[in-house]
Amino acid sequence: MKFAVLVYEGPYNHEASDSAYNFINAALEKGHECRGIFFYHDGVYNVTKLMEPPQDDRHIANRWSELGAKGIDIVVCIAAAKRRGIVDDVLVDNVRISGLGQLTMMAIEADKMVVFGD
Amino acid sequence: MSDDIKKIMFTVRKAPHGSIYVYEGLEVKLIMAAYDADISVVFMDDGVNALRAGQDTKELGIKGFEATYGVLVDYEIEKVYVDRKSMEDRGMTEADLLVIGEDEDTEEDIRPTIIDADEIAKMMAEQHNIMPF
Repeated sequence: MKFAVLVYEGPYNHEASDSAYNFINAALEKGHECRGIFFYHDGVYNVTKLMEPPQDDRHIANRWSELGAKGIDIVVCIAAAKRRGIVDDVLVDNVRISGLGQLTMMAIEADKMVVFGD
Repeated sequence: MSDDIKKIMFTVRKAPHGSIYVYEGLEVKLIMAAYDADISVVFMDDGVNALRAGQDTKELGIKGFEATYGVLVDYEIEKVYVDRKSMEDRGMTEADLLVIGEDEDTEEDIRPTIIDADEIAKMMAEQHNIMPF
């Protein structure tokens, strides 16, 4: 099955982004495909390279970047990002800023879109 | 589920103000309407408050979006439904619903369609994707 994933919540404060990450890895392991990951609302905070979590904890932004390096399209909503001060310069590698049209394409092209967040 | 046109339903279950979910959700609907997809929107739970006519956000100090809901039909978002029980639970009647457009022929106001939960469940079962806001 071809999944797309939509993440609504920021990192650390909420389990949504951890759950999304675990879901994608489990889906890929089972041979499913990931059409893309889209960050919306406070989810845009997931992929800033400004975050410096304690060394003995997970580094959420780097995890997404590693997933992006595997060829998964990771998109941050430009409107939500601009509102929250997230610009290209602060993004980790393998992630891009684009519009809601990208979310639309994911919703249309994926068999199922799975949403994480309240 | 093999149709070419994807059926995508938006659900609005949160209160319209106090968080940005409903507002940013509206932005998604307006963009997505421009694409080739079968879009529907269902308001339920506290989300029905987003359809109350006469919202005034001045004292909250935030930009309101009732005016944008007023042109949903112009954006070709015509399948707009509201859960009857959620409305009743919150003391709303049909007369409280805002206008989402105007009928091209009769120039009559178009309001969201009030439906029951079992009809919503049936529609949900037919969707390819459901996006909650």
